[in-house]
Amino acid sequence: MTSPLLLSLKLALVTSSLLLVLGLPIAWWLAFTRFRLRFLIESVVALPIVLPPTVLGFYLLLELGSRGSLGSFWERITGHTLAFSFEGLVLGSIIYSLPFAVQPFTAALASVDRRLLAASASLGASPWRTFWRITFPLAFPGIVTGYALSFAHTLGEFGVVLMLGGNIPGRTQTASISIYDNVQMLDYSAAARQSFTLLGISFALLVVINALNRNRNWRLQ
Amino acid sequence: MSASPSALQVNIHLPLSRFQLECNFKAEREAVVLFGRSGAGKTSVLDCIAGFRKPRRGKIAMGNRVLYSSEQGLNLPVRQRHVGYLSQQPALFPHLSVRQNVEYGLLDLPRQERDDRVDSILERFRISALSASRPAAISGGEQQRVALARALVREPELLLLDEPLSALDLPLKSLLLDALFNWQRERAIPMLYVTHEQSEAYSLSRRVLLMEKGSIVSDGEPHQVFSAPLNRERAALLGVENLFDGVVEETSPALGTMTCRVAGTGLLIESPLAKKDRGEPIRLALRAGDILVATERPTAISARNVINGHIEAMEDRAGMVELRVICEGTTFCVHITRGALQSLALETGKSVWLIIKTHSIQLLRS
Repeated sequence: MTSPLLLSLKLALVTSSLLLVLGLPIAWWLAFTRFRLRFLIESVVALPIVLPPTVLGFYLLLELGSRGSLGSFWERITGHTLAFSFEGLVLGSIIYSLPFAVQPFTAALASVDRRLLAASASLGASPWRTFWRITFPLAFPGIVTGYALSFAHTLGEFGVVLMLGGNIPGRTQTASISIYDNVQMLDYSAAARQSFTLLGISFALLVVINALNRNRNWRLQ
Repeated sequence: MSASPSALQVNIHLPLSRFQLECNFKAEREAVVLFGRSGAGKTSVLDCIAGFRKPRRGKIAMGNRVLYSSEQGLNLPVRQRHVGYLSQQPALFPHLSVRQNVEYGLLDLPRQERDDRVDSILERFRISALSASRPAAISGGEQQRVALARALVREPELLLLDEPLSALDLPLKSLLLDALFNWQRERAIPMLYVTHEQSEAYSLSRRVLLMEKGSIVSDGEPHQVFSAPLNRERAALLGVENLFDGVVEETSPALGTMTCRVAGTGLLIESPLAKKDRGEPIRLALRAGDILVATERPTAISARNVINGHIEAMEDRAGMVELRVICEGTTFCVHITRGALQSLALETGKSVWLIIKTHSIQLLRS
């Protein structure tokens, strides 16, 4: 049986990795589009920041459950519901952590000097080459930040997981829920161990990111 | 005249915020200076040719290769235009070394050929020693050399340069200009060089296009373009009140001036020097507000034209008074303030002296 901590780490890893793949195109579009109603899309992306996790979790529960369109579709294909499953948690986490990935990505991509992109094009580079050789490397610190923030945010997720995944040990019982459980059962020493581990992981993550960005800025100057 | 295969043809119409960009010119395999004040639309022209900006309509072609045509609905992307573009900012990729910057435009070539070309251009621009450096570690002049090498190593079919050296000091600038113009002559490709410095325009090229408010208003050799900047319509447009036909009486190249006689009169006026010979006709323009009025002959004054006449008419206009002064059969329109009118106690028929600086006189193209 997977321990709550390992489950949390797995969930965070899968979620932030998928957000990298999904979030980059969204961020690229937001950074470069001249579409007038861009702010509407930005607001949708930012919504999970202000929405109470329980509200988001509630809507997801309705949608991913057997009666929801996505949930019933998933059930027909796989034979089990999306709610109360690890896949369901991943989907919920992606939506919940979306702004924490997309916003740093967008800021990083938008901050790349447009003159460099123009120079790249005038040197015959396709938009694809310009992205991978110029935009992406220059935006890299911001992309790492977005990845790490979405990872950490998923790691600490509580409300959405509780609403959507219940509290099934080994399947959907993540570290933060397990801590809550232990406190409810007055097992303070277990809760302290888990809390301390999460604290350590979060802190280590931030240290690594900041060191990475600092080192990189040094090299560019 | 049929266009040579490499000739650049430009015909652009594009509404800008303050005026309409209306540009129509051709360039053979030559260096052409695009000259004009900042905000005249020079950079917009380059941006249209390079493909960074799309004109409303028109056509841009390099020989038979059409880069943009509103008629054909064609707008080649920047990367396919094969144009070398360099602006005041070197825009080097900060995360790549000098060498990686220079080879960036050659990534599709086989390794060996790429290396050879990069080596030779680094050598030519004397930046081989910087090969492994990052842009942030080298000086501004070196950065601009790298940017130039990066643009030229691709052997572009056309060079567009937007004040590329204006941030550099003079010795460095002339060194780079030499390298640039040698390159252009060897390759015999069209080159457009944008500048707003008259001295640069003089030294760089035998052909200058003068731009004003989005249009090319003059096209020719530098001295032609700069010594005859106005025509009669434009002078009227600019609000020049005094226009005289005259002939060149005497030229003083050493002083940079010449003396002109207003046609049909004995009135002599000193003006700036133009490329005109004695006896050639010329048109002089002078703003009414540029003329000073005195009631006695001034002495010890720098102005070279001090002319006696009498006031024929006075008219009160909004904010000033317009005088008609007749000097040796020539009528001058003069604007003075009401205060000046009162303190000089001017009235119709009174004798006055008009004082005109040589460089207040503008020469018109005849």
